[in-house]
Amino acid sequence: MEMSDEALYTIPVGPVHPALKEPIELDLRVEGERIVGVDVKCSQAHRGIEWLGMNRNNSIQNIYLAERVCGICNVCHPYCMVLAVEEAAGIEVPERADYIRTIVAEMERIHSHLLWAGVAAHEIGFDTVFHYTWALREEIMDAIEYVTGNRVTKGIMMIGGVRRDITKEREERIRKALRYYEEKFEKIEDLVLHDKTIRMRTRNVGILTREDALKLCAVGPVARASGVPKDVRQDYPYGAYADIGVRAILPDQYTGEIIGDVYDRIVVRLLEVKQSIQIIHDALDNIPQGDIVAEKNLVKLLSMLKRAEGEGIGRVEAPRGEDIHYVRLRQGEEPFLSWKIRAPTYNNVLPWIPMLLGAEIADVPIVAASTDPCMSCLNRVTVVDESSRKEFTLTKERMHEMSVRKTRRMMRHV
Amino acid sequence: MPAITEVWKVLFKRPFTNRFPAKYAPRSVHGFVRRVQAGKAKIAPPVPTPPNFRGKINYEVDKCIGCGLCIRVCPTKAIVWRTVEVEQGEKKVAKKKVKIFVSRCCFCSQCVDICPKDCLSMSDEFLLANEDKLANELIVL
Repeated sequence: MEMSDEALYTIPVGPVHPALKEPIELDLRVEGERIVGVDVKCSQAHRGIEWLGMNRNNSIQNIYLAERVCGICNVCHPYCMVLAVEEAAGIEVPERADYIRTIVAEMERIHSHLLWAGVAAHEIGFDTVFHYTWALREEIMDAIEYVTGNRVTKGIMMIGGVRRDITKEREERIRKALRYYEEKFEKIEDLVLHDKTIRMRTRNVGILTREDALKLCAVGPVARASGVPKDVRQDYPYGAYADIGVRAILPDQYTGEIIGDVYDRIVVRLLEVKQSIQIIHDALDNIPQGDIVAEKNLVKLLSMLKRAEGEGIGRVEAPRGEDIHYVRLRQGEEPFLSWKIRAPTYNNVLPWIPMLLGAEIADVPIVAASTDPCMSCLNRVTVVDESSRKEFTLTKERMHEMSVRKTRRMMRHV
Repeated sequence: MPAITEVWKVLFKRPFTNRFPAKYAPRSVHGFVRRVQAGKAKIAPPVPTPPNFRGKINYEVDKCIGCGLCIRVCPTKAIVWRTVEVEQGEKKVAKKKVKIFVSRCCFCSQCVDICPKDCLSMSDEFLLANEDKLANELIVL
């Protein structure tokens, strides 16, 4: 296509919707259907969570605030925060608590990856797989509810340990859920990875090269799909991961090559579900006896934290990548002196730029979804025709429809 | 298309979701609620809650010593002070007790953990939706 001024459009995607957890604005410069320039504008939703933690709450209240940073990663954020506080206050965690934390974190990874597989299938208009994976996800949600007492905000983390033990019945319930996924895994693999439609829409789409992944500090499954063997559980083991020995999963274990496209990201996430099942089995087999929390008396714990002075960093491999919390405590003050959260999506947004360059508008939903961000960002899109200053709005529904139509069009030409 | 066989199988299976509160969507929700209250219609039972589920909070006022630890750890500040007049012999004595706003509660049960007298506990009750967040059944005294 010939380059001319009339053919260049700018499409701002986003930025704000009240229901979002991570609103973001994407400015796409398009030439016809091709994307020739991408700009990302972050930090559009400031909820003041860190401010609350530094001014209003004491350390125990902050655990539940950290849980609400993200609805899906609601174990990794408090996990990360308690690791930082424990480092700052010099609290030693009992070994059994480490194992329980690991088990709960891996259960969360299974549910998050299955949820993501459904969302990704929905973005390309494959709602059968969407409903199928979400129905499968219910089993792990029920197991989580049985173990922790709640489906979503689990409330199991405590500074110095965990709040609930894994008893015999709870262990049985987890094993039952794991057996269920071991049986169903082949079917998920067959439905998602061997499907012609999914392969067509995701192979060679949204490619992130190894160099770009390293340069832009991509984390989690996005980096691993591009061939960067980066995993906090392997590089800086926390909890019980050092005993279990986790290796980063790269897509060439399954497909034999690393392309770094959306398909590779699906492969990595599905293989991680399998890996998580294995990790939970190992952790349940080797779980040591003993206490589950360092300081049982919460009043003593609160005054101990009030006396503590120091700083600490928590690093946790969340389902979306590396999560970091930095906490500083000052003697005589209950709230944190400073608290900094760096969530994995922050790193995985910039890789959208090389991924989207050269793609079509209809590929934007699946490419953006492949990094597992909050997808409701695409709720409102305004298309500005630069030459005539004419504006029109592309809604998320319209964009989704374009994506579905592309799938149908490709199916017809097979 | 490996999905097609799965779709055929699902067609002949029972629905995966539990149909709650009614098997089929009622024409009017308010009408359905009224019929249930009058005993003419029945609610399809919800999925049973697991043991140690964290539902609506229970509070035993008599056991409470008014130490205020629950107020200190409540992450949502759902618990506030309240004074109760208790008759002790001939005199009336003001005693400190608490009041819990369930509509603010985030069901973490941290107050249950810290309570030295075990006067707080979590029940199985979870059907707490209400149009008025300050309704009587949403304030635990």
